[in-house]
Amino acid sequence: MTARQRIGRIAAYAAMILVAVVILAPLGWIVVMSISPTVDLTTVPLRWIPSALDFERYERLLTLAHNSDGEVFLYALRNTCWVAAGTTVIAFLLAIPAAWVFSRARHVRWLLYLIVGTYMLPPLMFVVPLYRILASFSLLNSPWALMVADSTIVLPFTTWFLKSGFDNIPIEIEEAGAIDGGRLWKILWDITLPLAKPLIGTTLLFSALIVWDEFLYAILFTSDSRAQTLTVVIANLASGRVSDFGLLAAAGVIAALPPVAVGLVLQRSIVSGLTSGGVKG
Amino acid sequence: MESRGRLLLLLPLLIVLLAVIGWPLLDTFWLSFTDARLGGQTGNFVWFDNYLHAFRAPAFRRALFVTVMFTVCTVAAEMLIGLGVGLLLDMDLWGRKFLRGLLIVPWALPTVVNAMCWRVIYNPDFGALDAFLQQTGIIKEYQSWLGDPSTALIAVGAADVWKTFSLVAIITLAGLQAVPRELKEAAEIDGAGPFERFRTVTWPVILPPLTIACVLRTIEAFKVFDIIWVMTRGGPLDSTKSLSILVYQEAFSFRHAGYGASLAMLSVAITMMLIGAYSRAVRIQGAVR
Repeated sequence: MTARQRIGRIAAYAAMILVAVVILAPLGWIVVMSISPTVDLTTVPLRWIPSALDFERYERLLTLAHNSDGEVFLYALRNTCWVAAGTTVIAFLLAIPAAWVFSRARHVRWLLYLIVGTYMLPPLMFVVPLYRILASFSLLNSPWALMVADSTIVLPFTTWFLKSGFDNIPIEIEEAGAIDGGRLWKILWDITLPLAKPLIGTTLLFSALIVWDEFLYAILFTSDSRAQTLTVVIANLASGRVSDFGLLAAAGVIAALPPVAVGLVLQRSIVSGLTSGGVKG
Repeated sequence: MESRGRLLLLLPLLIVLLAVIGWPLLDTFWLSFTDARLGGQTGNFVWFDNYLHAFRAPAFRRALFVTVMFTVCTVAAEMLIGLGVGLLLDMDLWGRKFLRGLLIVPWALPTVVNAMCWRVIYNPDFGALDAFLQQTGIIKEYQSWLGDPSTALIAVGAADVWKTFSLVAIITLAGLQAVPRELKEAAEIDGAGPFERFRTVTWPVILPPLTIACVLRTIEAFKVFDIIWVMTRGGPLDSTKSLSILVYQEAFSFRHAGYGASLAMLSVAITMMLIGAYSRAVRIQGAVR
């Protein structure tokens, strides 16, 4: 190795350490905050290493006492899971058959591009009419409202994503099934869907992640713990006069764990999904 | 296979999309020509009053400026950093697998959680950033990063870049897989330097995915709402009030549904122009090559 190459390698390792520190330092600090005693977090100079371990915030957030932080937080967690599950089911029922048609029938492709185009519009384009529609059905402040609203984001995305997946399943397999005399729905159910299983799984997890992150519709269409989601509760905590940063940090850690775990476990399929067309912001 | 039966499978999706996207879009378009108030009557048709009002309002121009600044700066920063990190992690270095895995974490972190974390880190009394900068002697006094109009937008932008550069790095890394090894080696044998090799072999392969990422990130950044709302709510002194925040406040805080709708229409028109300009730029680039 020449001297020049050696300097290059040292610089590369230094850059790598820098990247790792930049990514890990804020994350690590939030975790440390969530288990530091409050006095440590409100002193100058700041104590970086907690004087004692304090898991009391997690206890507070995860107990269902009346009128407590935990009650608000746990109801929000329930609402988020509920909306994520509901929206995903809607996406599953509507987008899978449609994506399959878009993949097989070329002459309706233009419709797909129209649908994907709406994905680029800001949600604020839909928000006032949606608000009025939901209000007229008395659906405001219910998880159902958020399932409907989140569908405006999730449906175009899943349709596009699933369509590019179905493109990879050769049409000949289905044609062979048709020659054997199978009915359309039977061919879909018995041949295509089993082949598309991994793809469908990834897509549905993606849409659950989108719903988990969703904020704008959630603050507009909900007002209390009957429907408020985690993002709303965290935003309220952050802007309120909460003096306990540790509590904020603990709420953030719990809310971040499921999506981060999904991300780490499904890294491979997410990366291939991200690069094959659909890009989540 | 029977073609009519296939198209029937499209119907449920199309009906739902018409109801939740198609109708609201038309309604917003219509509203933008009325003086309707939220929760009130349908309002009167006022022709282009809302649009004229928007062009004359300093608040709109200011929000447009904030949005453009935010978009240009964050997208440029995340593209550059993401590309750099992607290239770095493509090198044959110990520990790169670990770092590649780590990249997914900022991407997966919910935007609101990211915003909340940085809000706490920027806190002017006990925030970690001030503590770190003071203890290392870079600043003397604690600063209020989000409370000062001259630094608030930069602070929010930095928090956004921290989360979004990872996506660009991931896309770069995936793009680099497509660079043919033989071509790299051939160029090396021909005596091309590292810079020349990058320009002629690597760059053309990763340019298309990066361009798409850049377009999509620009559209996303132009819509920015969540991170600003959680960190500053558009303040201080409107220094971080983006178009989305302005529309939100007009339509929902002040209940000017009609005016809010016209602002939303305007921001979409600008997004469309951006998309048009981009696809043109991409085509010109393609023609030169």
